[in-house]
Amino acid sequence: MRPEWRAFNNGIWEHEINVRDFIQKNYTPYDGDDTFLAGPTKKTEELWAQVMELSKQEREAGGVLDMDTKLVSTITSHGPGYLDKDKETIVGFQTDKPFKRSLQPYGGIRMAEKACADNGYTIDSEVKEFFNIHRKTHNAGVFDAYTEEMRNCRSSHIITGLPDAYGRGRIIGDYRRVALYGIDRLIEDKEEQKDTTRSTMYSEIIREREELSEQIRALKELKKLGSIYGFDISKPAMNVKEAIQWTYLAYLAAVKEQNGAAMSLGRTSTFIDIYAQRDLEEGTYTEEQVQEFVDHFIMKLRLVKFARTPEYNELFSGDPTWVTESIGGVGIDGRPLVTKMSFRYLHTLENLGTAPEPNLTVLWSTKLPDNFKRFCAKTSIASSSIQYENDDLMRVTHGDDYAIACCVSSMRVGKEMQLFGARANLAKCLLYAINGGVDEITKKQIGPKYRPITSEYLDYDEVMDAYKDMMQWLANVYVNALNIIHYMHDKYSYERIQMALHDKKVTRWFATGIAGLSVVADSLSAIKYAKVKAIRDENGIVVDYEIEGDFPKYGNNDDRVDQIANDLVHTFMNFVKSNHTYRGGIATTSILTITSNVVYGKNTGATPDGRKKGEAFAPGANPMHRRDTHGAVASLASVAKLPFKDAQDGISNTFSIVPGALGKEDKIFTGDLEVDLELALSEDQK
Amino acid sequence: MTGRIHSIESFGTVDGPGVRMVVFFQGCPMRCQYCHNPDTWELAGGSLMTVEEILKQYESSRHFYRGGGITATGGEPLMQLDFLTQLFEAARKKDIHTCLDTSGITFNRSNEEYVKKIDRLLASTSLVMLDIKQINDIRHKPLTGHSNAAILEFARYLDEKEIPVWIRHVVVPGITDEAADLYHLGRFIGQLKNVKALDVLPYHDMGKVKYESMGMDYPLKGVPPLSKEDALSAKKIILTGIRDARTDAPDPYCS
Repeated sequence: MRPEWRAFNNGIWEHEINVRDFIQKNYTPYDGDDTFLAGPTKKTEELWAQVMELSKQEREAGGVLDMDTKLVSTITSHGPGYLDKDKETIVGFQTDKPFKRSLQPYGGIRMAEKACADNGYTIDSEVKEFFNIHRKTHNAGVFDAYTEEMRNCRSSHIITGLPDAYGRGRIIGDYRRVALYGIDRLIEDKEEQKDTTRSTMYSEIIREREELSEQIRALKELKKLGSIYGFDISKPAMNVKEAIQWTYLAYLAAVKEQNGAAMSLGRTSTFIDIYAQRDLEEGTYTEEQVQEFVDHFIMKLRLVKFARTPEYNELFSGDPTWVTESIGGVGIDGRPLVTKMSFRYLHTLENLGTAPEPNLTVLWSTKLPDNFKRFCAKTSIASSSIQYENDDLMRVTHGDDYAIACCVSSMRVGKEMQLFGARANLAKCLLYAINGGVDEITKKQIGPKYRPITSEYLDYDEVMDAYKDMMQWLANVYVNALNIIHYMHDKYSYERIQMALHDKKVTRWFATGIAGLSVVADSLSAIKYAKVKAIRDENGIVVDYEIEGDFPKYGNNDDRVDQIANDLVHTFMNFVKSNHTYRGGIATTSILTITSNVVYGKNTGATPDGRKKGEAFAPGANPMHRRDTHGAVASLASVAKLPFKDAQDGISNTFSIVPGALGKEDKIFTGDLEVDLELALSEDQK
Repeated sequence: MTGRIHSIESFGTVDGPGVRMVVFFQGCPMRCQYCHNPDTWELAGGSLMTVEEILKQYESSRHFYRGGGITATGGEPLMQLDFLTQLFEAARKKDIHTCLDTSGITFNRSNEEYVKKIDRLLASTSLVMLDIKQINDIRHKPLTGHSNAAILEFARYLDEKEIPVWIRHVVVPGITDEAADLYHLGRFIGQLKNVKALDVLPYHDMGKVKYESMGMDYPLKGVPPLSKEDALSAKKIILTGIRDARTDAPDPYCS
């Protein structure tokens, strides 16, 4: 066995690239409590104070502290950057200094230009010329191929947020492979893949060979990035510090080349724990040191930054990077994948204070150890910064080595990837159905000129008929626009380092999305159970609705309307599936507009549920604001009825509750009289 | 048979153990000055529901209620004793934890028929949350419009029947916050062996809005909400009373 693998248990992972097998054979489940955890070291506190100071300066500068305007970012474009070299145990920034945003024009030169301009910077004229004349970008490619209909759908916002001018993201490289195998072994593997492609050169094989060459080139550059920071990552990591550093460098290479809509990290904690456990046993490092490495690693992840435009930030309500890290979950053999490292990652929320990034996501199972559940609850209460996802649900499809990209998209690490597809606005689609394809805001004919609804009062069956036709049309335009987008992204902005950290055969999830689910469910319910009168303008376009009577509303655990929501997802998904998808992508959909629901609402006219023109949609699969009147459980139960099999890319429900409504404070009510008496007695004795 | 139900809260976290479905019964004989549900007073109000309807709603969300159950509150659930009994019996058949939140005001030990009915209810009751408003009967009457004799009698009866009880007590400034009253409440609780928990609630005035919307005068106008700290010190006095009762220590408030 290689010296770096000393003391590890044997397995097929030694003979093939197989991180999951390595984890399963070597990890140490932990069901103890949080008392072993170490606080921040002095170095950690000093570095974090430095970060806070820089964050302050960045805010005062209007959101951006520094930007590259000339040097195009690649894996090896920049020299080393540090906060304080002597204090940092894990190193590496996207550029030559922290808080400096890199220039990434491959997604689209116009977006890169605008991101600079909007922040008061001017992109170098040579770079501009180069990417306008000599080197085409993803964005330019897409618009060369778009049909007029696609462009119309885009500008009327019935399809929104398409990744046609920026990086699609949502691809998670298996960054752990670099730590476990070292770059040389990975290159060897990729060379072998290239040598064994089929030899008849039809276009698919040519593309495969070109992509494998790009991947190998990227791996070589990653090795060079290592040496820029003084590491030889051609070989596997020797200890936990190196394992974290190697993994981070691989991730860093990805964010140096891709300004993706979500650049998630994967599922690293249990993998890293195997190294920590060995080092603790061998006496190489102490718990304090291990926690320090983790704190510095998380600190780096918090400082991933991209050059973005104000519109982009408006769409996503902020400047998210979606550095999602999936923690915990249960293995298919029944052993929880919780290790001490799961605690250490979450503990950074205390050591460094709370932060939205990295998006620490606990894969929740009823079978997680109680101590870990308690620690999660405690950390959630203190930080409000943990995301939870249902491992019991996702494990069925994705096994036990999947991770979340962005907020809910699950994929097997290194084996599956997603083609991100933004969202179709189903509420607007309903209005198109009623108005025969005429946009209710611009009054232009955008959709097909189907027969509009002409009656004064809307009839459920008639509307449903028209709506299904319009959904079928929308799904077709939408999926085909995405086909163009992903073709061009692969061609002009290929994620070579992320794909280098995937298997040769990759499953592609072809993601689509739905916005406005609860608006449509309530609208259809109103039409069915109340009377909805259409208010038309002088040209006969319905611009508003009057509702007479009451109707069941989604979010109250009422099957009459919940079933409508359920059918809607199922129907739309079937229309999506009936289309050809790029590269054999498996169609999925998501209901997860966590932030952009406001923008979607702004661009949608009044709807038959009583929602006014421009009023925000509810986020994700949420019931509409203030319409869930039967308490939290009823609201959650409605959402839980949505069919996951039709929305495998994820269903999100944004749920806020005042702490008091979650139970009583321990101090006020212990729930045990004898404990109260004991406490009162011990106080008296003090 | 149907019951008059004011409303159902699907996510109750403060009315018994765990996450619970809280059923608000319509109708209450008490007129407590600090009541924040005056809309549940009239027995004629609310909507008619069957046991099946209520349990169907519970079953559809059952997985949310692991470790929780059903709480009957109101209003005064004992006003609809027969319906309540049917509900609890049906719930217990489905292994649902049942909690009765009551003032105990309707209890009447001398009525044999009634006691039989109560026994039948208690046989299907997992927990009683008994609200003792004021131990001092002279102050209890103006606060609630009734004597507390039936309530205390009910507390003793529950003790005899070994039904687990949580005692709730709302501390209202100037009305139920006198040290002697709190201490004596503790002495009373200290004599009971079935009390599992003590919940001392600080008075809040969030019910005020309801009175205004119902066109009623708010009886405690001008009474400030009680702070958490004051509630904690009130609780400590009650605990002292409990301890003293258990150890037979002399009553410092007895002259």
